[in-house]
Amino acid sequence: MTAFRFLVNGEPVEVDVPGMRRLLDVLREDLGLTGTKEGCGEGECGACTVILDGQVVDACLVPICQVDGGFVRTVEGLAHGPGEARRLDELQAAFLETGGAQCGICTPGMLMAARAYLDAGGGPDEGAIREAIAGNLCRCTGYTKIVEAIELAAGGGR
Amino acid sequence: MPVEPPIELPRTLAEAYALLAAEPLTPIAGGTDLMVQITGELGPPPDRMLDLSRLDELRGVALDGGTLVLGARTTFAEIRRSALIREHLPALVEAAATIGAAQIQNRATIGGNAVNASPAGDSLPILLAADAALVAGGAGGERDIAATEFWTAYRTTALAPGELLLRIRIPVVTGREVRFRKVGTRRAQAISKVVMALAWHDGGPAARWTNVRLALGSVADRPIRATATEAVLENAAPVAETADRAAATLAAEIHPIDDVRSTADYRRVVAARVLHRLIRDAGGW
Repeated sequence: MTAFRFLVNGEPVEVDVPGMRRLLDVLREDLGLTGTKEGCGEGECGACTVILDGQVVDACLVPICQVDGGFVRTVEGLAHGPGEARRLDELQAAFLETGGAQCGICTPGMLMAARAYLDAGGGPDEGAIREAIAGNLCRCTGYTKIVEAIELAAGGGR
Repeated sequence: MPVEPPIELPRTLAEAYALLAAEPLTPIAGGTDLMVQITGELGPPPDRMLDLSRLDELRGVALDGGTLVLGARTTFAEIRRSALIREHLPALVEAAATIGAAQIQNRATIGGNAVNASPAGDSLPILLAADAALVAGGAGGERDIAATEFWTAYRTTALAPGELLLRIRIPVVTGREVRFRKVGTRRAQAISKVVMALAWHDGGPAARWTNVRLALGSVADRPIRATATEAVLENAAPVAETADRAAATLAAEIHPIDDVRSTADYRRVVAARVLHRLIRDAGGW
């Protein structure tokens, strides 16, 4: 076992776990951050999408030894503001507005993929949005409301 | 829960070579293939592993004289963003965009694609069609392995025990055209049913093609060159009669199998059609 140190949603963490433990398991089991979901465990569904060093990745495919010194953002880190003043970010608000979630299991991954897309300057372009979430499967919604939510958050109208 | 094999974390290539010389270790780069294997569902998981993520010697894209040099750890996202690759081998950028989706492209490496040696590896036909050399390194030094010699059997490479794939060298040839086409169930997150790269030297309008290379994946136990079909295209003009003959030759030359993703018949028919279409598009008819 080795200690690995990295930032999660801006907070420094240290975990003493085997280097080949999946980032997904470190987040959920060792750090208690269960917002990131396991859908397939093989990088096909995107339910476990987090942002690592500014890039979307499937947390089920990242060994924790490669996160050492890195910066992880999870769905728990989207809302901002302290304590009572905590507010949903504009993407989360947009998903509520358009009805972009049904069972919700894909939603954290969708939010993180969309967050990375917007942070990289993505706009209300349906084709570009669909490509940005091409690695995220949804079995409930048919994607329409999800795409509308991202368009809305990107500054597009409904 | 997946197993968690012990992993060494070398900081330099020299350290990595010493570790590999001491015992067999499975190297891990981006992990998009290997992290699926540790579940044990596809076969026995690796025993002991070697992390490559701290080895800067394996990164970077550069133009070295007339050769494009890609570090083995170059990710497909980096390939898509690389001005050098966009200029000198745009077909590789196109291929990178068909691999997985953003989450995979940000982690998966071209070296991993080569060493994993799946017969369906999407970048591998481009390496064959572009006459790439794969540079292996170990405690005993470095050596170039031609792409045509690299994939020796099903999921097997020419790397010797103790060797790592360091970088891939692709000659930049003025006048060379390379085309890529992947056929899969979906536009993203799809393993190919047929994947093809076609290269030729373009002598100008109405000129005959020379130095033709045709490489395919998912139609054999490893990525292959279709040399009989290449012979049909060599010194031929990209007209309908050539396309018909080449497509027919390709359908007869390859011997794909039925598997979970597709059938032999589908692969034969579709490979022939894709080739026909590539020649037609190039010929502008």
